[in-house]
Amino acid sequence: MAESENIVAETAEKIFADLADAQTINHDKKGEWKAPLWQALTDAGLPLSWVPEDCGGSGASLAEGFSVLSAAGRFAVAVPLAETMLAGWLLAQAKIISPDGEMTVVPASPKDRITVSADGSLSGRARGVPFAKAARHFAVLASDAKGSFSIALVDAGKCRIESGLNLGGDQSDVVTLDKVQPVAIKPAPHGFDQTRLLLMGGVARSLQIAGALESMLEISVRYSNERVAFEKKISKFQAVQHNLARLAGESAAALAAATSAADAISNATSFNDEVFLEATAAKIRCAEAAEKGGGIAHQVHGAIGFTIEHILHRYSLRALAWRDDFGSESYWAVELGKRVCVRGADELWPLVASR
Amino acid sequence: MTAALRFDPIRLPEKCEQLRKEVRAFLAEEIAAGTFDPHKPNREDTDVPEFSRKVGERGWLGMTWPKKYGGHERSFLERYVVTEEMRVANAPTRRFFVADRQSGPVLLKYAPEHIKMEILPRICKGEICFAIGMSEPNSGSDLFAAKTRATKTDGGYLINGTKIWTSSAHIADYMIAIFRTSPPTKENRRHGLTQFLVKMKQPGIKVNPIGQITGQYEFNEVVFTDHFIPDDHVLGEIDGAWKQATSELAYERSGPERFLETYYVLTELVRAVGNNPDTRSAEGIGRLVAQVHTMRRMSVSVAGMLQAGKEPVVEASIVKDIGTIWEQQLPHRVRELAAFVEETATNRETLEKQLDFATKTAPKLTIQGGTTEVLRGIIARGLGLR
Repeated sequence: MAESENIVAETAEKIFADLADAQTINHDKKGEWKAPLWQALTDAGLPLSWVPEDCGGSGASLAEGFSVLSAAGRFAVAVPLAETMLAGWLLAQAKIISPDGEMTVVPASPKDRITVSADGSLSGRARGVPFAKAARHFAVLASDAKGSFSIALVDAGKCRIESGLNLGGDQSDVVTLDKVQPVAIKPAPHGFDQTRLLLMGGVARSLQIAGALESMLEISVRYSNERVAFEKKISKFQAVQHNLARLAGESAAALAAATSAADAISNATSFNDEVFLEATAAKIRCAEAAEKGGGIAHQVHGAIGFTIEHILHRYSLRALAWRDDFGSESYWAVELGKRVCVRGADELWPLVASR
Repeated sequence: MTAALRFDPIRLPEKCEQLRKEVRAFLAEEIAAGTFDPHKPNREDTDVPEFSRKVGERGWLGMTWPKKYGGHERSFLERYVVTEEMRVANAPTRRFFVADRQSGPVLLKYAPEHIKMEILPRICKGEICFAIGMSEPNSGSDLFAAKTRATKTDGGYLINGTKIWTSSAHIADYMIAIFRTSPPTKENRRHGLTQFLVKMKQPGIKVNPIGQITGQYEFNEVVFTDHFIPDDHVLGEIDGAWKQATSELAYERSGPERFLETYYVLTELVRAVGNNPDTRSAEGIGRLVAQVHTMRRMSVSVAGMLQAGKEPVVEASIVKDIGTIWEQQLPHRVRELAAFVEETATNRETLEKQLDFATKTAPKLTIQGGTTEVLRGIIARGLGLR
């Protein structure tokens, strides 16, 4: 990792440590922690990490931005940082200048389509849009009747938003656009399609899930060294040790898959089958790790980890919720499986061993 | 973060891709010549001396070792490529694999110079086969419980006792084994074991084959009766084998052979399903491919750590733990999906035969090279739990 990447990630890490301590957030029923955190992130230029300087952003590399998302995952922070970063990245693809404030991307699910009419207005419905209610603007990917893609900046106030919550208790809303005139709209670059947007989002979520698992491992190990049962620390019981070793394995697998995918996208010259494999595999493997790893973390914590007072749910439920954003692991598994079958049996190993 | 388990996204350098092409071309030639059948993992004739010599001639044995011992001073990542291509092709590597992966590096580190000069070049030429003598009846994964004695005598040691589950002992020219030279001490249960280079096919060694449930004869019982080993065949420190043996295990536990052993059933499933899969088949295959991809990324990452001179003991144990569980589950998952394969699939019979063999192979995968339970103990230690 280059020196500069470490500086961006370290900046993010320090802000989270100062302003997004899980215990403090958990006790803050009014959500008063959010404003100072968002202000600090904005002051550091992090929400627009992936926006070039001439488009109003801080011009960090893709790799630097991904390392910020890793850190965000380790703190499981419920602010639209990943979403604003993705939105800024999407707008930058069409050289649309990013506005200030919270953003999110539309659509966020592979089944949803936003269409653009001849008059440039946008219509359609997008479900499970993270933090739509909190966003001031949406970065929208839309297709016309010929299947050509456009990227648009839309004022959130012009759309209908039905509030919803995901498993982790964060906003996950339904956004309806009814002939909405965008603030700006431009053609997407050649070859850019909804799959690319969703896989970029999927890799962002994979890094966040992996980060949450790292934290679940850490707090589970710490707890097992504190909690005494049957007159000894539970960390001394072999069964508990083996469970934690499995959690370490899931955490490591998630991290390996997610960082590999982020690296692949950061260095890709084209969005070929190898990059598709990296991105889909990350989402699939991280989602599986969230299920297995989260289960073990709760098991180690016993009933206390099930309470609202404990911080464990901040990580475990978000990791589970993030599985559904930008295409679930089931969806991407079907897509990956189809692509593997089309390539044929003898081309499977060359694909796996391509990097 | 306490755990700090990093698996950096190591990419194979360009020269590895050139090498991969060479290995694939070589394997294609050998398959065309009838040396082995890539669709038959359950070969009766897995020992193919001629194949070993050809691999040696290509410079693919002892790849990372110094040139003065016949090695090629190439990287762990290049060796990684050769290993995975051989494994995926089901090439007959039994004769050279243990020597190349493990025995050679042990000799490099602990053997006297004249032994290195004598034996290492022959491993590089693919001429000799090694076995590893660790387990004993009633010891198994509990290395400290080994009882086979090495008793000091004039100019060497006399060996008495039995090793078991010793793969390839029936064809091996040498074995690197641990024997008991002193009793364990109260303070250190690990004390008293010494590593020796054993020349097989000598008086005082009897090899008895043990059949496996796959129908293969790969395991052996090796009985030592007053077998003499000269002093210069002691490897490393007397009574200090435990440390030596464990420091080598990262090589044994993280390689591609630790998640690809049943991989062939996945390839064959894709062939049977064809290019227009139903949703269930597509999803099942997608999940399995995501797994193998992730395992490989982790394994390549550990190869990169080895190349960087690190000793990734915990990381290697994680790769072995989840890798062998994955390759153990793979035939069962493929079986579930194969239930929907059309009767007319041309490779149906091959797939069924492979599934039969892979399912029978599966139980040993989480045992060889350190049981799952032992590995989880090592990981737990790395997490600071013990």
